[in-house]
Amino acid sequence: MAKYLLLKHYRGAPAPVNNVPMDQWTPEEISAHVQYMGDFAARLEKTGEFVDGQALAPEGTFVRYDGEGRPPVTDGPFAETKDLIAGWMVIDVDSYERAVELAGELSAAPGAGGKPIHEWLELRPFLAASPTITECPHG
Amino acid sequence: MNDALLRSLTPSVLGILVRRGADFAAAEDAVQDALVEAVRVWPADPPRDAKGWLVTVAWRRFLDQTRSDSARRRREDLVDEEPPPGPAPDVDDTLQLYFLCTHPSLTPSSAVALTLRAVGGLTTRQIAQAYLVPEATMAQRISRAKRTVSGVRFDQPGDVATVLRVLYLVFNEGYSGDVDLAAEAIRLTRQLAAAIDHPEVAGLLALMLLHHARRAGRTAPDGSLVPLAEQDRRRWDTASIAEGVGILQAALARDRLGEFQVQAAIAALHADAPTAEETDWVQIVEWYDELTRLTDSPVVRLNRAVAVGEADGPRAGLAALAALDDSLPRHTAVAAYLHERDGDLAAAARLYSEAAHKAPNLAERDYLTRQAARLNAGRGR
Repeated sequence: MAKYLLLKHYRGAPAPVNNVPMDQWTPEEISAHVQYMGDFAARLEKTGEFVDGQALAPEGTFVRYDGEGRPPVTDGPFAETKDLIAGWMVIDVDSYERAVELAGELSAAPGAGGKPIHEWLELRPFLAASPTITECPHG
Repeated sequence: MNDALLRSLTPSVLGILVRRGADFAAAEDAVQDALVEAVRVWPADPPRDAKGWLVTVAWRRFLDQTRSDSARRRREDLVDEEPPPGPAPDVDDTLQLYFLCTHPSLTPSSAVALTLRAVGGLTTRQIAQAYLVPEATMAQRISRAKRTVSGVRFDQPGDVATVLRVLYLVFNEGYSGDVDLAAEAIRLTRQLAAAIDHPEVAGLLALMLLHHARRAGRTAPDGSLVPLAEQDRRRWDTASIAEGVGILQAALARDRLGEFQVQAAIAALHADAPTAEETDWVQIVEWYDELTRLTDSPVVRLNRAVAVGEADGPRAGLAALAALDDSLPRHTAVAAYLHERDGDLAAAARLYSEAAHKAPNLAERDYLTRQAARLNAGRGR
C-alpha cells in the first residue's frame, strides 16, 4: 500500500560494521552474499511485496545541457566524488515499520567471514499520486 | 457479452459455493473457470437464468477439481449431503464473502486485493495496474490471501467495521490505470448497503458519494491540487451530493452515530455551501467535537483546529493547534495557513516550504511549494 525504494550505495554511506571490500572476500563469500540477495527478493515476490530491483554499474556520468547547438557536458573522470548507487529494490508494503524491518534484513546480507556486513541502506518512500481524499484542510 | 453483468454476479456465485462448503481458493478457481466458459458460450447460446447457469457450471467445476483430489472420499461425502445446484437468495452469501475477504488474519493490502478480486470481480491484471505493482506480485498477494482464509469457517458474522475500513482504503487509493478505484469502492459499498442494514454502512456510502461528487473540482486541468475554498463549485456533481445527503439523513435519523456518519456530515456541510464563505464552520466544529469523542484521533483534532480557525478566527485556530504534537502529518501545513490568515506572511512562507518538504504526495507537495513561492514573491525578494 506504500512503496519504498531501498538504495544500496557503493560509497557515500557511513562505513558498515563488517567493512571489508568485496574484492577481498572469498568467492564462496561472494556467492553467499549474492544468494542472500536473490533469496530475499524471491521471498518478497512470494509475499506479494516485491515491485522491482536492479543492480547498477559502479561507474556513472553526470550530464548537463550546455546550450543550443552544443553537445551535452559530462563531468569527466571524477567518479569518486559522486554518491554512487549500487542498486535498488522497490517494495510495496503495508507500513513504514514493515519497510524498516525488510531493509534491516537486507542489510544483514553476509560479507567477509560469512558475517553480516551491516551495510547502510537508504530507505526512501515514494511520493504517491494524489489520493481521493486529502484529509486537510477540507479538500 | 455483458462484462458488467458477469462482474455483478461473481460475488454471489462465489458466495453460494463457499456457503455450500467449498474451500475458498477452490471455489474462486471454479468461478473463474465458469466465467471463462460463459464468455465462450453465451454469445451463441445466452442462458435464461445467468446466475443459475454460472452456479451450475462453477459447482460442476468445483466437483471435478475436488474429485481428483487426494481427499476425494471425504469431500464426496460432503457433496452428497448438499442440495443440488440452483438459484439461491444471494444476500447472505455476498455478505459472507465480504467478511471472508476482510478477515482480520489478512494484512490491509491483502484484504484490499482479495476484496477487489472476489467481491469486485476485477482481474488480477486490473488490480495490479491500479496499485502500480507487477501482475506477478499481485497474483502472489492474492493467492497468499486465499490460502490464509482457506481454512476459515463462517459460522458467525464478521466485523462490519473491518469491512468498512477495507472499502475506505480502496476508495482512498484514488485512481490510476484503467480501473477507477474510487468508483469501484462506491459500487462495492452500495452492494454492501443493499445487503446489510447498518447506519455506518450508509454513513460510509454517503461519505464516499459526497467526496466523489467534488472530484472534478479538486484538480485543475494540469493536474494540480485546487483547495476547497478555490474550487469551482459548478463542477461538483449535484446529483451525487443530493444522493449522499439523502442517505446520510436517513442514517442519522436512526440515532446510532458512528465516525463515518460524522465525517459524512462534515462533508455534507461543505457540499451544501454555495460559496466557501457561506460554509457553516460553527456546525462543522461541533461535528468535529463529536468525532473527537468517537475516535480521539490526533488527525481529527488537527482538522478540528482548521475548522476552529475558520469559525473563530486564525488566532483561535493557532491556539487549538498549539495543543497538538507538531510531528502530526500536515501540522506544518495547517500552521502555515493559519499564520497567513493572521497576517504573518514571513512565518507562513517559511512554514509552507517546510510543509512541502514533508508532504506525502506529489500534488500536495507542489501545492504547498506554490504557496510558499507566492508569499515569497509577494514580499519582493
